[in-house]
Amino acid sequence: MSDTVIRLENISYQYEAKPVLENVNLEIKRGDFMGLVGPNGGGKTTLIKIILGLLKPDTGKVFLLDQPIDHFHDWNRIGFVSQKANTFNKGFPATVYEVVALDLTAKIGYFKFFRKKEKEKILAAIDAVDMGAYTYQNIGNLSGGQQQRVFIARALVNEPELLILDEPTVGVDHQNVARFYDLLHKLNIENNLTLLLVTHDTGAMTEHATNIVCLNKTLHFHGKSAEYSALSPEQLSAIYGHPVQIVVHDHE
Amino acid sequence: MIQDILQFDFLRHTFLTGIIIGIIAPLLGTFLVVRRLSLLADALSHVTLAGIAFGLYMEKQFLLPINAVYSGMGFSIIGAILIEKLRSVYTAYQEIGIPIILSGGVGLSVIFISLANGFNTDLFNFLFGSVSAVSRLDFYTIVGIAIFVIVLIILFYKELVTLSFDEEHATVSGIHAKRIHFLFIILTALVIAASIRIVGVLLVSALMTLPVASAMRFAVSFKQLIFYSIIFAEIAVITGLISGYYLNIPPGGTIVVVSILILLIALSMNTLRKRSRTV
Repeated sequence: MSDTVIRLENISYQYEAKPVLENVNLEIKRGDFMGLVGPNGGGKTTLIKIILGLLKPDTGKVFLLDQPIDHFHDWNRIGFVSQKANTFNKGFPATVYEVVALDLTAKIGYFKFFRKKEKEKILAAIDAVDMGAYTYQNIGNLSGGQQQRVFIARALVNEPELLILDEPTVGVDHQNVARFYDLLHKLNIENNLTLLLVTHDTGAMTEHATNIVCLNKTLHFHGKSAEYSALSPEQLSAIYGHPVQIVVHDHE
Repeated sequence: MIQDILQFDFLRHTFLTGIIIGIIAPLLGTFLVVRRLSLLADALSHVTLAGIAFGLYMEKQFLLPINAVYSGMGFSIIGAILIEKLRSVYTAYQEIGIPIILSGGVGLSVIFISLANGFNTDLFNFLFGSVSAVSRLDFYTIVGIAIFVIVLIILFYKELVTLSFDEEHATVSGIHAKRIHFLFIILTALVIAASIRIVGVLLVSALMTLPVASAMRFAVSFKQLIFYSIIFAEIAVITGLISGYYLNIPPGGTIVVVSILILLIALSMNTLRKRSRTV
C-alpha cells in the first residue's frame, strides 16, 4: 500500500463556461493534516466535491487510496463532514446515537440490521468526541459546537483512513473552535488519521495543520504551515487577488 | 358500532382497513415530512383521482369491470414515476414536478368525470372516503399492499433514514440514493391508493402529514416520531370512523378533524411544557 491517500492530476472544472479550477495537481500523504485555504469562490468546495466524486472534472484524474475514482468503492474508508453539517435540518427528530448510526448504513449493506458489534462502534465513536453524556439526546437541542462533534463522530464511526472536513467551524463559537482543533489534532496523531480540512480561518489553520494548500482557481501555495505563515502580505494579496490580513488567534 | 362491526362484513372490512392505513399512511408520512415532500402526497392523490375517474368511466362507457382501486393505483405509480423524471430534468427546481403532476391529475379527472357524465355517489365516496365502500377484494388488496410496504420499510429503514437526513451525504457514503428514493415514491403511491377508500382522495395527504406534525412536537428520536405518528393516526382513524358512521358523515372529514384536534392539543401541551421548563 502506498502512502498517497489523495492524488489529483491536472484537474480542471468549468461552471457554466466560467473556469473554477485550472490544472490543479495535489497529493496528500498518509498522516498529513492538510489545510485547504483560499478566497471565497476560489474553488475549495468544488475541489472537495470532485475528490468525493460528487462532481466530474472536465479534465484530469482523481485517485483515492490509489484507485481511480471511477472504480472507487471503498467509501467507508473516507469520512466526510460537510459544510452543510452546520445548516442541517435542526428540526430533524433524531438522537445523537441515530445520527452517528447513519454512516454505518452503507457499510453494513442492504438487507442487514444493526447488531451488537455496530452498536458498540457507534458508542465508541460518540465517546471519541466526548459526547457520551448526550448519546440519547435530540441533536437539535445541542449547541453548534456539540453538533459539530456529533458530525465528526458520525464520520469516525467507520474508522476511516481519511477525514475530509469542509468549513466545519462555521457557526461554532471561538472557544469551541479551539477544542475542535484539539480534537482533530488528537485524531491525527493518535489514530494516524489523514485530514483534509477546508477553511477560511487561516490563522487557526496554520497553527494546527502540517501542510497548507492555497487555492484560487489554481494552486498558489503548497507547503508546510510554517512556510505559509512566513509569506509576506504582498505574496498573500497576490494569491487572494486583494489585500489580506491574517488574523492570528491568541489563546491566552 | 362494535356490534355492527361484528354483524356486518363490510363494516368489519372498513374498520380493519382503517386500522391498517392508520399504520402505513403515517409510516410513509414520517419520511415525507422530514424530507419536506409533504406535497408529494397531494400530487399523487390527485393523480389517483384521475385513475379512479378513468376506471369509473371505463366501467360506465365500455362496461369494463375495472376496480377503481387498481386503476387509481396504476395512475398513482405512473404519476410517481413522472415526478421522478421531472425531478431529474429540473435538478435545480426539484419540487416543480409536484404542481405539474397535481394539476395534470385534476385536469384528467375532470375530463374522465365529464365523459362519464358527471358525479355519482361512487365518486363522492372516493373524494371524501366512505364507511361502506370497502369490498372484500379491496380489503385483501389493501392488506397485500400493507404487508408489502411494511416489509420494504423495515428492510430499507436505515437507508431511508440516512437519505432523509442528508441526501448528498448518503450518496457520498455509497447509498444508491436514486434507487432508494424511487422505491420510496412507489411505496407512497401504493399507500395513497390503499388509503383513498377510507379517507378519500382529497384528504389522504392529511392522514400522512397531520399525525406526523403532532408527533414532531414530542419525538426525541426518529423511531419515536414514527411510533407517535402511528398512535395519533390510529386515534384519528378509529374515532373518525366511529363518529362518521353514527353521524352519517364521510369518514375522511371526521378523521381529518380529529387529527387537527390532536395537533392543537399537541401544540398547546408543548407550549405548556416549554413554559414550565423555563420557569
